[in-house]
Amino acid sequence: MALISADNRGLRLATRYAVLGLIAVIFVFPLVFMVMSSLKPDQQLLQDSGNLRAFLPVGDISLDNYTAAFQRAPVATFVFNSVLVTGVTVLLSLLICSAAGFAFVFVNWKGRGVLLSILLATLILPFETIAIPMLLMVAHLPWIGTEGITWGWLNSYHVQIIPFVADGLTVFLFVQYFKDLPGELIEAARVEGASWGQIYRRIVMPLSGPILATAAILKFLVMYNQYLWPLMVTQEEGYRPVMVGLQYFFQLNVAWGEVMAYLSMITVPVLAFYLYLQKAFIASIASTGVKG
Amino acid sequence: MARISLKDVKKCYGNAHVIKGVDIEVEDGEFCVFVGPSGCGKSTLLRMIAGLEDITSGQMTIGDKVVNELPPAERGVAMVFQSYAIFPHMTVRENVAFGLTIAGASKAEKDAKVAEAARILQMEHLLDRRPSQLSGGQRQRVAIGRAIVRKPQVFLFDEPLSNLDAALRMDMRMEIGKLHNQLGATMIYVTHDQVEAMTLADKIVVLKDGKVMQIGAPMELYHNPANLFVAGFLGAPSMNFIDVTVQAVNGTKALVSNAALDPVEVSAARGPFTVGEKAILGLRPQYLSVAEGAGRLHGAVALTERLGAETVVEVTLKDGKPLIAALSQDRVFPLGAAGDLDFDPATAHLFRPEV
Repeated sequence: MALISADNRGLRLATRYAVLGLIAVIFVFPLVFMVMSSLKPDQQLLQDSGNLRAFLPVGDISLDNYTAAFQRAPVATFVFNSVLVTGVTVLLSLLICSAAGFAFVFVNWKGRGVLLSILLATLILPFETIAIPMLLMVAHLPWIGTEGITWGWLNSYHVQIIPFVADGLTVFLFVQYFKDLPGELIEAARVEGASWGQIYRRIVMPLSGPILATAAILKFLVMYNQYLWPLMVTQEEGYRPVMVGLQYFFQLNVAWGEVMAYLSMITVPVLAFYLYLQKAFIASIASTGVKG
Repeated sequence: MARISLKDVKKCYGNAHVIKGVDIEVEDGEFCVFVGPSGCGKSTLLRMIAGLEDITSGQMTIGDKVVNELPPAERGVAMVFQSYAIFPHMTVRENVAFGLTIAGASKAEKDAKVAEAARILQMEHLLDRRPSQLSGGQRQRVAIGRAIVRKPQVFLFDEPLSNLDAALRMDMRMEIGKLHNQLGATMIYVTHDQVEAMTLADKIVVLKDGKVMQIGAPMELYHNPANLFVAGFLGAPSMNFIDVTVQAVNGTKALVSNAALDPVEVSAARGPFTVGEKAILGLRPQYLSVAEGAGRLHGAVALTERLGAETVVEVTLKDGKPLIAALSQDRVFPLGAAGDLDFDPATAHLFRPEV
């Protein structure tokens, strides 16, 4: 009896690994294809793409495509711009959206229910619908910089950052998470004399690791993949991010090897960031099922 | 210094009146227990004193300050919560010192005060642990430690023992009693457990539906309950209530009887009663005894619970109503045997039916 059940367990485990392995393969293969293709000249790349060789480092392998990509476009500038804009936006967004979520959940003030509803309603607005009004707005806003007051935000980093630091989804994530924190912790801190700021900093933030990671990853992906907005607001190459930079590879003749090399390079920051926060991200997703 | 006074204090959530005009005076250094069934408003009242809930109307003073509008931190109170509410990301030491840290105390001062609190609560060995490494009783100590370290004028306890098992609850109950003697601070303690109320309190406030039913020393409430609710709420097993008819009224005494009860003259202090009127006779199970010969109450034994030191007997009276008697010592009664019971009329309470 014991033997049979042990066998069964082994079989079940094997099946589970097989299924998970298959899913992993499905998710990983496009990445493998991208990296492998970036190492091959165009002709071989196109020949290989119909068979399994597409996923293997075989044939005429070199880093030529990478060199060519750097010659065709200022790759380093694009990556730097994207990492800067994305990084600053993520940090500001975590700060502002968590503070907003804190105010919605813990502080009692008139109209918070209505305001939260309005905020959530913005989730259903596609960005494209507000892109033009927003463009007209930022084109006339004042900015205080090293040159004193200037008008219009176009061609800058802040025009890519400020419109995205606060958004309904991120606030909503924090609101949901904070609602699950035990209210008595906050009340205990209040009785002990802590101000709202101190409660936010000393009690709520230290307990929010998982949701900070989740919000950071989601915001990172959105920001890193920005295309339409930077295309509208940056005419100068010096401020353009990676996705806009992709255009450079589709002008005149398309060199697929170079496209793949460029894509491989711009994927690295995303993967690095995700792997860094992965543990907390999974903990957060997993905990949504067991709370309450 | 830390006298607490509530004058016609009310609390409404929209149209729901949760606290319906409460007057309570808690003297300096007194241990006051708010007791009542679930939903009676006792926790809400405590949270209003703490400043965690607004006061809709009325006046509340702590010491000689009106605190209606003051935030919790400025009221000089410390609170121990039912769920302990200790901060999971801090060590025990950081938890206990939290209020001092917020107040900007120096490290030396914090260390000294935390050490003293730890000594009083015998938890010196726990100071560097995290809350997740503590048992329920230890967490409760940490919560109390956090409260005493700031030397507040008033301690508020919100059902602090209800998450502990029975044995630990008794230990902690005694410790809280000792702590009160040691610190001499004003304490307000909310519970639904009448044993905690009876054993800890200098003064008990019995609440029901947001109203004060009676305020007084535990024994005063036990021996002289103001109404049916208080009589039934305090004491275990709870008081027996027998429907009777008033046969005669003689000054402060009334003669009452029913089908199972021979006429007996009892105090009519909660009157006025008139002849022929229905009334309710309250008899504590502990004050009933087995009659030698014919007793005043007539019935048959329906159930016996032998607890060793005492025996709880349920008797079905002649009129079909059950009656509980708690008799001292271990005794055996055959099921269905005639159970005639007797009592000292001085221990009986006569109530008007409506409360």
